[in-house]
Amino acid sequence: MGFLEELRALFPPGRLLTKEAELAPYESDALTAYRKRPLAVVLPERKEEVVEAVRLCYRHGVPFVARGSGTSLSGGSLPVEGGLVIALNRMNRILRLDPKARIAVVEPGVVNLEVSRQAAPFGLYYAPDPSSQPISTIGGNVAFNSGGAHCLKYGMTAGHVLALEVVTPQGEVVRLGGEGLESVGPDLHGFFVGTEGLLGVALEITLRLLPKPEAYHTLLAAYESLEAAGNAVSQVIRSGLLPGAMEIMDRLAIEAAEAAVKAGYPRVEALLIVELEGPKEEVEEEAKLLAQVIKESRALEVRIAQSEAQRQAIWKGRKAAFSAVGRLSPDYIVQDGVVPRSRLGEALKEIGRLSQEYGLRVANVFHAGDGNLHPLVLYDGKKPGELERAEELAGEILKLCVRLGGSLTGEHGIGVEKKEYMPKMFAPEDLLAMERVKEALDSKGLANRGKVLPGHGQGPHLGEVHA
Amino acid sequence: MPEVRANSLEEVREAVRTYPRLRPKGGGSKPALSTPKDGETLLDLSGLRGILEYAPEEFVFTAYAGTPLKEIEETLRAHGQYLPFHPPLVEQGATLGGTVAAGLSGPMRERFGGLRDFILGVRFVDGEGRVVRGGGKVVKNAAGFPFHRLMVGSLGAFGVMVELSFKVFPYPRATRSLKVGFAKAEEALAALEGLRTLPLDLLALDLVPPATLEIRLGGFPESLEKRIQRLQDLLQREGEVLREDEAHWEGVKNLAFLKESPIWVKVPSRPDLIPLLEGLPLGPRRYLAGGELLYAGLDPEGLQALRERAIPHLVLRGKADQPLYPPPPEAFFAPIKRALDPKGRFPLG
Repeated sequence: MGFLEELRALFPPGRLLTKEAELAPYESDALTAYRKRPLAVVLPERKEEVVEAVRLCYRHGVPFVARGSGTSLSGGSLPVEGGLVIALNRMNRILRLDPKARIAVVEPGVVNLEVSRQAAPFGLYYAPDPSSQPISTIGGNVAFNSGGAHCLKYGMTAGHVLALEVVTPQGEVVRLGGEGLESVGPDLHGFFVGTEGLLGVALEITLRLLPKPEAYHTLLAAYESLEAAGNAVSQVIRSGLLPGAMEIMDRLAIEAAEAAVKAGYPRVEALLIVELEGPKEEVEEEAKLLAQVIKESRALEVRIAQSEAQRQAIWKGRKAAFSAVGRLSPDYIVQDGVVPRSRLGEALKEIGRLSQEYGLRVANVFHAGDGNLHPLVLYDGKKPGELERAEELAGEILKLCVRLGGSLTGEHGIGVEKKEYMPKMFAPEDLLAMERVKEALDSKGLANRGKVLPGHGQGPHLGEVHA
Repeated sequence: MPEVRANSLEEVREAVRTYPRLRPKGGGSKPALSTPKDGETLLDLSGLRGILEYAPEEFVFTAYAGTPLKEIEETLRAHGQYLPFHPPLVEQGATLGGTVAAGLSGPMRERFGGLRDFILGVRFVDGEGRVVRGGGKVVKNAAGFPFHRLMVGSLGAFGVMVELSFKVFPYPRATRSLKVGFAKAEEALAALEGLRTLPLDLLALDLVPPATLEIRLGGFPESLEKRIQRLQDLLQREGEVLREDEAHWEGVKNLAFLKESPIWVKVPSRPDLIPLLEGLPLGPRRYLAGGELLYAGLDPEGLQALRERAIPHLVLRGKADQPLYPPPPEAFFAPIKRALDPKGRFPLG
């Protein structure tokens, strides 16, 4: 039997998509500049079906891409031309939520925020909070080691995954990790997280839940420059405080957020959001110290949330900033580089200079606590050459981050978008080691082919690379 | 016993290329893991030491793998910071690399997480003598395969760690501890389970069999009194408050309670496993981090009991043919091992 025939034997008609119109929604993810037409899409409802599909791919040498909601900003779930897409959204059951053990065992298609929603009645939550969390799935979060606004204090997805059931690209099913916080032997589940689907598909994921903080103290401070806001972050850190989140937005991002959700932000050059969280007695004391630090930072204006509604209002604009930028420009590229926190000022200055040089606006929204920048490069795809210029500018920003001792990506992953930049961050031997591990687990190179590792299959069209 | 010292990256590469089978050793605080077996050459890494980069404001440092934890802790402490996973065996000379290889955390892992939550990057020499870097030196990073996480608990199976980068945090301004005894083991366990799910931000939450809880709080001195009071109310017991608690927890961290036991093991535990574990012939022991981590002293009978019940564990000291039980899952482990150590030079070959 041929590959499609065997697929038909495994999946009923409604769960095997092969017609052009059915395939179209799966041709790209949130990085819409890239499109590929897969041969077929399957919609498994049970893990056994995923395993069968992977085994079938292996037998026939057909590349496959597992995907959830397709929110990847790096093209991580871009299909392989002529390959299979395994869409996992229907595998969206929380299999077990054990408040005593503080764990949730979930299928890969469970939406991130749903875990916290289900855990809420027990006073627990799932900490990693990528901006995509109302839509993105845990399977995708695992593949990309998703972050969010709280990574300095709480770490990334990898720390919150306690166990995985994985099907390897060769169709073997293996359990990694356990149900507790500790394990013995190599941290293979920790290693799997962040490998962007190149080493297999997660079928079942055991997540760590945390007690929801008792009290929050959320502060918004306005500054006359990005530099002043950046300095305030340094002062907070030097004071010995460990806030749950510290976020900065620049003027362009503030304007966008205002236009989109009317957050009521002051119109200034830079806004800083600091959020403390913990037991109420502790937060009270920390808030006193924070007030003093912010006062010394010469903030133009300071607002402190007096209620949960006011807290949500402060966050509303920040959370909407990405989509809001769409109102300022027909198109934009989001970058995700990281720099050491103390070099934020330098990085922002250089981004400003690059923005001028390329004649393109750049809005900045970033996780200041962990040095994770999110420059949004605004462009108009209808103007000839502007996309290419925007990509080149974005590439310059990435190189800048690496030069300053940081990383190409804090949370979006490499995907197809940044893979040609990998040699800027990693030496040939580092990349070779990744390739060897990939080859040992996936001798036919089927699982998410063409991602992460440079020089493999579908190349991106970022300016610098083809210049 | 054949032995080679490597005090630099180049010397590590040289040793890897020269000797067919190597057993890396740092401070030797976990002899069950660092003692060469037949045919293995001891690779002494205690000279591969020193802190390479430390920027307190970044909450990040990078050090050679053979650096004693003591040196790292002292340096961090001078800047009001610490290793939040609170590694054990510091006094016994444990090194950064050995701690990663064994995957060990201590009592204060309760607050912010274990070693796996704080490791940021690694440079290691693989089985072919190649230098490989994974992760980075920033607190947030999702680029490339995370080889640094692969090192945690690996017993050195994939390569010789040379440099490691870690995230650190500010040390609490003040600490207080509360020791509460219960009449029965079940009551202590129930109290432990109750505290685990509350947002109390405990630095440590230990169950000391048969029926004592030891709890540590950290924060502003002004808030600690109130928080201790709240704990006493929750537990409906006065207990004993320790204002000077540093020395006590240093002892716990260094596993002083295992003292003369012939065999020391780490057992990944869970509250629901505790009744089962308490039924086994284990020696001195303590359940750390809300019952998630057991360090126990055993005699051979106790070790046998763990094996018979198929309870995962890692032997740190004492005689054991296979210190790691169970072996890692073959279908995922073996290909990675083959890719990085094709000639089987390193442990778990």
